[in-house]
Amino acid sequence: MCFASPWRALVAGLCAIGLLGSCSSDDTTLTVFAASSLTDALDDIIAEHVAAGGPPIRVSYAGSSTLAAQIIDGAPADVFISANPEQMDAVTTVIDGHGVPVTIAHNSLVIAVERDNPLGITGLADLERPDLLIAIAAPEVPAGDYARRALDAAGVVFTPTTFETDVRAVVTRVALGEVDAGIVYASDIAGRDTTDADTAAVTAVPLGHPDAARITAEYPAVALDATNAAAVDFIAFLGGPVATAALTARGFSSP
Amino acid sequence: MTSQRTRRRRTAPRTPVPIVALAVIAVVFFALPLLALVLRVPWSDVGDLFTASAPREALLLSLLTSVIATACALVLGLPLAWVLARTQLPGRHVIRAVCTLTMVLPPVVAGVALLAALGRRGLIGASLNDWFGIRLPFTTPAVIIAQVFVAMPFLVLTVESALHSTDRTVEDAARTLGASPWTVIRRVTLPAVRPAILSGLVLTWARALGEFGATVTFAGNFPGTTRTLPVATYLALESDVDQALLMSVLLMLVSFVVLVSMRDRWTGAIGGRR
Repeated sequence: MCFASPWRALVAGLCAIGLLGSCSSDDTTLTVFAASSLTDALDDIIAEHVAAGGPPIRVSYAGSSTLAAQIIDGAPADVFISANPEQMDAVTTVIDGHGVPVTIAHNSLVIAVERDNPLGITGLADLERPDLLIAIAAPEVPAGDYARRALDAAGVVFTPTTFETDVRAVVTRVALGEVDAGIVYASDIAGRDTTDADTAAVTAVPLGHPDAARITAEYPAVALDATNAAAVDFIAFLGGPVATAALTARGFSSP
Repeated sequence: MTSQRTRRRRTAPRTPVPIVALAVIAVVFFALPLLALVLRVPWSDVGDLFTASAPREALLLSLLTSVIATACALVLGLPLAWVLARTQLPGRHVIRAVCTLTMVLPPVVAGVALLAALGRRGLIGASLNDWFGIRLPFTTPAVIIAQVFVAMPFLVLTVESALHSTDRTVEDAARTLGASPWTVIRRVTLPAVRPAILSGLVLTWARALGEFGATVTFAGNFPGTTRTLPVATYLALESDVDQALLMSVLLMLVSFVVLVSMRDRWTGAIGGRR
C-alpha cells in the first residue's frame, strides 16, 4: 500500500523525462546555431527568408565556442554560424559530411565611449592616457583576441581595468559609466535597436589607426549536413543580397 | 534516557524500499555528473596546473576572499538572525525577505544591483567617488562585497531557524538567576545554536567560494585582483577546456575536503544536543 503512490510518482516522473528527451519539432524546422553578436541581424534575415517561402527556423544564440562544443557533443544543429574561423575549424574537422563554409560578414572593431564622448577620445592612441578606466574582452574570447591584435597592430600599450567575459559586458560597462572606454564590435553599437538603453548611452569612435582597422572578425557559416537541401538553401540565402543588406544595416561589413 | 535512545535506534524499523530507491536516485543524480567531470579531466596534465601561476593565483584569491566574506557574514549575519528570531520588531517578515532575496536572485542581477548602489555612478558610489575618491568596482573588496551579498542569507536563515527551535526556558532560568542579557547570549544562547552557526558558516563559505555571476558583474575580472577561481574557470572554458576541467575539479576538491572534515567535527555536537 505504501509502495503504490511513490512508485507511481517515480514512474510518472521518469516518463516525463523521457517525453522531454524525445520532444522535438517536426522535420521541416531548420535549427541554426549562431554567434550571439548576430542576434539582431539574423532575426531580420530569418524573417525575410521565411517571408520568401523558407521553412520555419529556430535559432540558438550563444558564444561561438559554446556552440562549437555543443555541436561536437552531438547537439542537433543544421547550420552553424561562427564569429571566428577557429571555432568553425573545430567543428568542421570533427563533423563528417558538412558543406563548404562561406564567409557571410565581417565585423570591425570600434572604441565604445560614453555618449557624445565627454573625454574626447579620438583613437586607440588615446587609450594610453593614465587616467582612463578601460574594459576589454578577455583574450580567451574572440572579441578580446581581436582587441589585443588591434592594439598590437597600433603599438598601443595600457593596462585595462577589467577583462570582461563577453563583448556585450564591455558595452554595458561603458553604458553604466563604470569605465571610460572599451573595445567592442561595430555591430555592438551601430546595429542595435535605438530603444536599447545600453546602446543609447554609448558612442562609437573609430580606432584611428589603419593597421588596427584592418583587424576584423570573420563570420563563416556552414551547413552541417551537405545533403540537407533546406540548410544548403539557407547558406546560399545568407550570402545573397537580402542578407547582406540586413547585415550592413546592423553594422556588419560585407565579406 | 541515553540507553533507551540507543536501543530504539538499534531496533528502528527498516527504511521502506521506495525511500531507499528514491534516495539512491538522488545520490546518483549528484554523483554521476561529478564523476563524469572527474573522469573527463586530463590527469596527465595535472602538473601543469600547479606550475602555471594563473590557476594558483586565482585559487589563492578565491580562498582569501571567501574566508573574509564568511567572517563578514558572521559579524553582520549573527545579529541579524538574532533580531529576526528574538525581537517583536514590526515588519520582520519584510526584513527577512529583503535580506534573503539575493539567494533566489540570478547572481548577475545581484551584481547589477551592487553596481547601481556602489558603482561609480551608483546611488552612494557616486558620492564615495566624488568625496573620498573611493571606487569599489574592479577591486578585491568588491569581490568580497559580492560574495557577502549572495552568501550571507545562508548563515542568517540557518541560525535564525535554530534560534526559533531552542529551549527559551533555559535562557529565562539564567536571567532569573541574575545573568545579564549579554551573559545569556554568550553563555546560553550561542552555545545552544553553535552547530547551526557552524553549518551556516560552511554553507556561506561554500557559496562564496563558488560565486561567479555577482563577482564578474560587480568586480570585473583582472588577474590577481578580481579573477577568482570560478571566473578563471569560466574563461578557460572559452580557450583551454582541459585547464577549465582541471580548475573545476580543483575547486570541487577544496570544497569537498572542507565539507567532509567539518561534517565529522560536528556530528558529535549535533547528536549531543538532541
